[in-house]
Amino acid sequence: MPAAPTTLDRSKTVAGRRAGATTEPWWIRGLLIGVTVVFLGAFLFVPLLAVFAQALSKGVAAYFHSLIDADALASIRLTLLTAAISVPASALVGVAAAWAITKFDFVGKSLLITVIDLPFTVSPVVAGLIFVLLFGRRGWLGPWLDAQGIQIIFAVPGIVLVTLFVTFPFVARELIPLMQAQGTEEEEAARVLGASGWRMFRRVTLPNIKWALLYGVILCNARAMGEFGAVSVVSGHIRGHTNTMPLHVEILYNDYEFVGAFTVASLLAMLALVTLVAKSIIEWRAARQMAAAELTGPRDELE
Amino acid sequence: MPIPTRKRGVLPGFGLAMGFTLSYLSLIVLIPLAALVLRSASIPGGDFWRTVTDPRVLASYRLSFGASLVAALVNALFGFIVAWSLVRYSFPGRKLLDAMVDLPFAMPTAVSGIALTAIYAPNGWIGRWLAPLGIQAAYSPLGVTIALTLIGLPFVVRTLQPTLEDLDPEIEEAAASLGAGRLQTFVRVILPMIFPTLLTGFALAFARGLGEYGSVVFIAGNMPMKTEIAPLLIITKLEQYDYAGATAIAVVMLAASFLLLLSINGLQWWSGRHATAG
Repeated sequence: MPAAPTTLDRSKTVAGRRAGATTEPWWIRGLLIGVTVVFLGAFLFVPLLAVFAQALSKGVAAYFHSLIDADALASIRLTLLTAAISVPASALVGVAAAWAITKFDFVGKSLLITVIDLPFTVSPVVAGLIFVLLFGRRGWLGPWLDAQGIQIIFAVPGIVLVTLFVTFPFVARELIPLMQAQGTEEEEAARVLGASGWRMFRRVTLPNIKWALLYGVILCNARAMGEFGAVSVVSGHIRGHTNTMPLHVEILYNDYEFVGAFTVASLLAMLALVTLVAKSIIEWRAARQMAAAELTGPRDELE
Repeated sequence: MPIPTRKRGVLPGFGLAMGFTLSYLSLIVLIPLAALVLRSASIPGGDFWRTVTDPRVLASYRLSFGASLVAALVNALFGFIVAWSLVRYSFPGRKLLDAMVDLPFAMPTAVSGIALTAIYAPNGWIGRWLAPLGIQAAYSPLGVTIALTLIGLPFVVRTLQPTLEDLDPEIEEAAASLGAGRLQTFVRVILPMIFPTLLTGFALAFARGLGEYGSVVFIAGNMPMKTEIAPLLIITKLEQYDYAGATAIAVVMLAASFLLLLSINGLQWWSGRHATAG
């Protein structure tokens, strides 16, 4: 800790301190930046590089050979199908929940907001378990489903159901804070001017929330395609039938088919990178939209 | 801010939106979760107790809680440094690092899991340097902790960043003009202001670690009593068609998650109050 300034050189010291009053000496700055780079490098960049290095360790030919494997292609198809069902469903219910919560006043609102977050707190394995308890062969509805010839667990419907469970909060969570901040005035104006409910939603609400909605959808999609624990419990791991891409990675890895495992994993890693890039673009566009909206005020400095 | 009651009269769609939300929520989330709770209630108390106090189950709880706690502490310390550097300093590559912080959210856990295993295995990029030092990273509790650190990394950073951005520089200037050194300003002024947020990020990372499965199973080695996490034990019980056993273990995990969720909500309320008071 530096010594207290003496009365003699006080003005000089205070002025000198002012310049550095809200930052650290250069060597502490350097140290902290160094720690940041090393920590993020070790935990983010090295694993990402490892995926591609392992996938290409036997050459490009082996990589593409693993890619066109029939079971790998089947797992890609199932993953795309699961996302194609669960992402629109989560987006729809997310918009509905955010609309009800942010535009109206009702008893139990904060309870509803907490309940929407529940799937985030539940372990993916527990999420899978609850559906096995309901629909599994020894579950509550199991015998009845068996009699009807309907299979949910160890089949595609179970995979879709758990994915709906784990992706439920994503869109609602992005929309609620934004729509709360936006209030209801613009929609009310549209109604007063005679717009129908649908027209008001399409022309006023949707343009206001489009970036947050897209953001939620992209995160939701990443989770839907990448979910492992919950899907693992209900899938039954039947090759070519109930294997999503993350499950196929696991099976190949456990069979010591490392190139194949890392090849499918590299596709998922690319999906993650695309997600991050899309996220950055959306954040940038949303910030620009906000800045444009604020330009009506006196502050127009460059940022 | 008072909310006008006429709202419901002017804006349409409350019934439709609310009805759809509640039906969807009940069918997909609430009824299945209730099934777990009811199922556990139907297990005789003695059986329940025997299952959750079985030495193998207790060992898995110890590992899950212990490794999550250590990983969350590591993340609290390094996550703070990362958030501070990203918010306060400008350096080449800052934007790239900032964007990459979300990678553990975007990357499927199974992919992170096999990648970490490949790196920390005795012949891996980092594992080969640790092996001569007598440190076994993969297939040990250390490996579990490494995986949980990766998974929890974004929580502390992303929770802290907005709070650090909102800190009023005038408060620090005031502290400095009153004669406080930089360290003193940090310990006496900055740390108390951000502490509730730091604690929230820590709790979020801890909660995520408790339930994590995908990134851990590959690097853990899954030896009973040693490197077997609680979620894996649930799956093992299910594969043996021991639904009651799986349910009992899961209910304890679920109760722990809910307690954490409650304390996180409490923390957020506390930090919110802190922010308005400051």
